[in-house]
Amino acid sequence: MENTFEPKVVAFCCHYCAYSAADLAGSMRLEYSPNVRIVRLMCTGKVDTLHLLKAFEDGADAVFVAGCEEGSCHFQEGNLFARQKVIEAKKLLKEVGIEPERLEMYHIAASNSVLFAKAADEMTERAHKLGPNPLKTQGKSI
Amino acid sequence: MIVGERKTFEQIWDSIKDLKSVLVLGCGTCVAVCQAGGEKEVGLLAAELRMKSQLAGVTIKIGEATIERQCDREFFDAIKDKAKEYEAILSMACGAGVQYCAEVLEPMRSIPALDTRFIGVTEAQGNWAERCRACGNCVLADYGGICPMTICAKSLVNGPCGGSKNGKCEASQEKDCAWVLIYNRLKKQNRLVDLNKVLTVKDYSKQTHPGRYINEVYLKPRMEEKSAQ
Repeated sequence: MENTFEPKVVAFCCHYCAYSAADLAGSMRLEYSPNVRIVRLMCTGKVDTLHLLKAFEDGADAVFVAGCEEGSCHFQEGNLFARQKVIEAKKLLKEVGIEPERLEMYHIAASNSVLFAKAADEMTERAHKLGPNPLKTQGKSI
Repeated sequence: MIVGERKTFEQIWDSIKDLKSVLVLGCGTCVAVCQAGGEKEVGLLAAELRMKSQLAGVTIKIGEATIERQCDREFFDAIKDKAKEYEAILSMACGAGVQYCAEVLEPMRSIPALDTRFIGVTEAQGNWAERCRACGNCVLADYGGICPMTICAKSLVNGPCGGSKNGKCEASQEKDCAWVLIYNRLKKQNRLVDLNKVLTVKDYSKQTHPGRYINEVYLKPRMEEKSAQ
């Protein structure tokens, strides 16, 4: 049977850096995976472990958080807090039996549209390799 | 505050995996402050349990609720009806809360999701440290506000012992010697002379269990009995 799986990738992006980079990628007509759905936040420091788990619970095949580069967070250290939340969420995902590789943290400057496109492609590729979110394929639906 | 630490997910899963329905019940006071059993942690644990049960192919109804405190009876009123829909409560309170939960909602099972660690303070974000052993006989006034019962590995009230070296404890190099801390604090307070005092034997009788404290002012008032004529 032909594999028609198209992953759903959720990206939590900070307004000041990664979201601007995504915007710039569009302006530059850079091509990146259309599987990515962007959730814009004022700062990735707002990302909570619960948001990341809920994304998977609601069927995301991969999730990434894209904040500013280290030292350039508009709110000083929101991106560093986000990184800690991603580490925690990875641990929790592993505990329940979901591959932690489905989640990643990126630091992307507003000017680095190439890196944003790369992150989007990389996470989509990972989801392709890992297959659909096991919550969608195993057991009963909630 | 009472500091708690969440049990491992494996331990929690083992304790509820054979049930049909569980209400994850948070406590909004101490364990919410130490980020172990408040509303947010309830959300996280419930999400984990829902995902795990789905992956394990078992159907467990997982509910979420958080009350102000699980060590006061009246706060349970808010979830009493909801609790009836579940087979057990997975309490994210301290040991006192878990027990009171079992008592108030009897005969419903109350399963602990946390290990209760100690009475402590927030030293830094995400960093809690023990400060009180609840010995029932506070001597902090004599020791410059540093508790030798808690901070000293041997709970010595007339220290230091011979294991104190360079301000650290022989039990662990990571632990400060309580008696060096006490000396330095009293020095800053110009009270070193107080160390010459030989303190009376501590009253350990208050450490018998289970402890009880009654403040008669706040007991429910009763009519005074009339003396026999």
